[in-house]
Amino acid sequence: MEYVQQLFEQFFGIEWGGALLILTRNLALILLIVLPLLLGVAYLTLAERKIIAYMQIRVGPNRVTFFGIPWLAGWGQPIADAVKAIMKEIIIPSGANKFLFVLAPVLTIAPALAAWAVVPFSPEIVLADINAGLLYILAMTSMGVYGIIIAGWASNSKYAFLGTMRTAAQVVSYELAMGFALVCVLMMSESLNLSDIVKGQQGGSFLNWYLIPLFPMFLVYFISGVAETNRAPFDVAEGESEIVAGFHVEYSGMAFTVFFLAEYSNMILVASLASIMFLGGWLPPIDIIPFTLIPGFIWLLLKIAFLLFCFLWFRATFPRYRYDQIMRLGWKVFIPITLAWIILLGGIMQLPPSFLNLWPLNLWFH
Amino acid sequence: MYINFQNAIFYFFATVLVCSAVGVITARNPVHAALLLVLAFFTSSGLWLLLNAEFLAITLVLVYVGAVMVLFLFVVMMLDVNLDRLREGFWKWFPFGALLALIMAAEISMVIMNEQFSLNKMPTPPLRPVDYSNTKELGRLIYTEYFYAFELAAVILLVAIIAAIALTLRHRVGRKFLDPAQQIAVKKKDRIRVVSMTSETKE
Repeated sequence: MEYVQQLFEQFFGIEWGGALLILTRNLALILLIVLPLLLGVAYLTLAERKIIAYMQIRVGPNRVTFFGIPWLAGWGQPIADAVKAIMKEIIIPSGANKFLFVLAPVLTIAPALAAWAVVPFSPEIVLADINAGLLYILAMTSMGVYGIIIAGWASNSKYAFLGTMRTAAQVVSYELAMGFALVCVLMMSESLNLSDIVKGQQGGSFLNWYLIPLFPMFLVYFISGVAETNRAPFDVAEGESEIVAGFHVEYSGMAFTVFFLAEYSNMILVASLASIMFLGGWLPPIDIIPFTLIPGFIWLLLKIAFLLFCFLWFRATFPRYRYDQIMRLGWKVFIPITLAWIILLGGIMQLPPSFLNLWPLNLWFH
Repeated sequence: MYINFQNAIFYFFATVLVCSAVGVITARNPVHAALLLVLAFFTSSGLWLLLNAEFLAITLVLVYVGAVMVLFLFVVMMLDVNLDRLREGFWKWFPFGALLALIMAAEISMVIMNEQFSLNKMPTPPLRPVDYSNTKELGRLIYTEYFYAFELAAVILLVAIIAAIALTLRHRVGRKFLDPAQQIAVKKKDRIRVVSMTSETKE
C-alpha cells in the first residue's frame, strides 16, 4: 500500500497524489460493491422466475446450463438473458428526444447504485460511514423517479407518458410515508448513521430490534418500499393489461434491461435497508453460541433474502391495486398512522427515566 | 494560481452550476429548462457539501430535487406550450424587463459589495471534529433559540395547505363513491344465499 502511495505522489505531486490515491481506492471499493450487486440482481431474476413458477406448480427456467453440466440446468439463464439483451438493437422511436431517451435508463440506475455507498454490511465494512447516512439514502431514492419521468416523456408515446404520470404521483405520495416511518427509527436510535442505528438494536436478542416497538412502521416502510420500486401489487406504472408496459414500452435491448437492473437493485436496496433499520442488520437473532459463530454479513444476507422472497411472494399472490386505491392507501392510511406513531413515540421518550427503565421499555430506550 | 484537488472540484461544480443556470433561462423547451434546474440544484448541493454543510446539501436534494421539481415537471410536461405565442411581444416588453433586471443587479451588488459581507468580516470557520454533526446542531438551534420563528413558519405552511385544499374541494351533489371500510366489512352471508335442493334427474 505504501509503495502505491509513493508511486502516486511521485507521479502527481504530494497534494494531488494523496487525493487521487483516495479516489482510485474508492473506485475499486465501489466496484467491489457494485459487481456482486449486479450478479445478485441477475440471480434475483432467476429466483423470481423459479419461485413464482413453483408457486404456480410449474418448473420455470430449466434449460440453460454451464458447459453442459446437467445438475446446473437453469443456472445459466440470467447470463443467457444478458447476452441476448446486449445483442439486440436499441430502437430510438421517431420524434423521440434522443439525448433524454438514452439518458433516462442511466438516470434510473445511477441513484439505485449510489445509495449503496452508505449501507453497512458488518460493523467494519462500509464504504462511506457518514453521519447523515439516512438522509443520504432518502435523497438518493427520491432521485430515482427522474429516470422514469424522463423515459416516459422522451419516448414521445402516449402509453409511456401515462405510465410516467402514474409513477410520478405514486412515488411522491409514498415517499412521505416512507420518510415518516424512518423518522421513527431516527427518534429511537438518536442517530442518522446507519451503523449507529444497527448498534442501537444490540442487546442480546431479537427482542431489542426496532421491529418490535415499531412494528406498524416496519409494515408501512416495507409496503411503501414495494410501492416505490413499482413492484406488484403496486405496478400500475407498468400495468401490462392497461397501458402495455408503461414508461419503458418504447425501449428495447440493453436500454430496457437497464431499467430492469435498476428495479431489481432498488428491491435489494429496500430489503437491505429494512433489515438494517428494523431487523437488526448484521446482528444474530439470539446472542448464544451457534448463532454468534456465523459472521454478521451472512445474517444480513439471510434477512435480505427473506424480505426479497416476500417481494416475490407478493407478486405471486396479490392482484394489482386500482390506481385510486393506491393513492388512498398512501395518503389516507399510511401518513396518519405514521404521524400518530411519531407523536406516541415522542410521548414515550419524554417519560421520566424511572418508567423507561421498566421492562419492556428498557429493551429499546437506553 | 495553484489548483489543489478541492479547488478543482469546486471549479468543476461551479462551472456546471453556472452553465446549467444559464441554460434554465435560455432553453426554449420548458421541460429542458426544468431538467437543467434540477441539475443546478444538484450541483449547488455538491458545493454545499464542500462547505461541510451536509444537512443543507442533502435536504436540498431531498426536498427540491426529490419532491418539488418532480411535481413541477409533472405540470410542465402536461402543459401544451406554444412557443410562438410566448415569443410574441418579446421586443415590446424588452425595455421594461431590462430595466427590472438592471435594478435587481444593482440591488444585489449593493448588498454584496457592502463592507459587511467582505471576506475580512467573515472569519474562516473553525475545523470541526469528525463526529461533529450539523444535523444535530441545526435541530438544537431550531427547537431552542428559533423555536417561535420555526413554529410560526410551520403554522403558516399549514394554513397554506388547508387554504389550497379548501379552494379546490367541491362537494358535488349525487356523487357516487366507494367506501373501502364498507367493502371490507361485507360477509359471505350478505351476498350469497345457499339453497339446498334435491338434485334433478335428466328428463
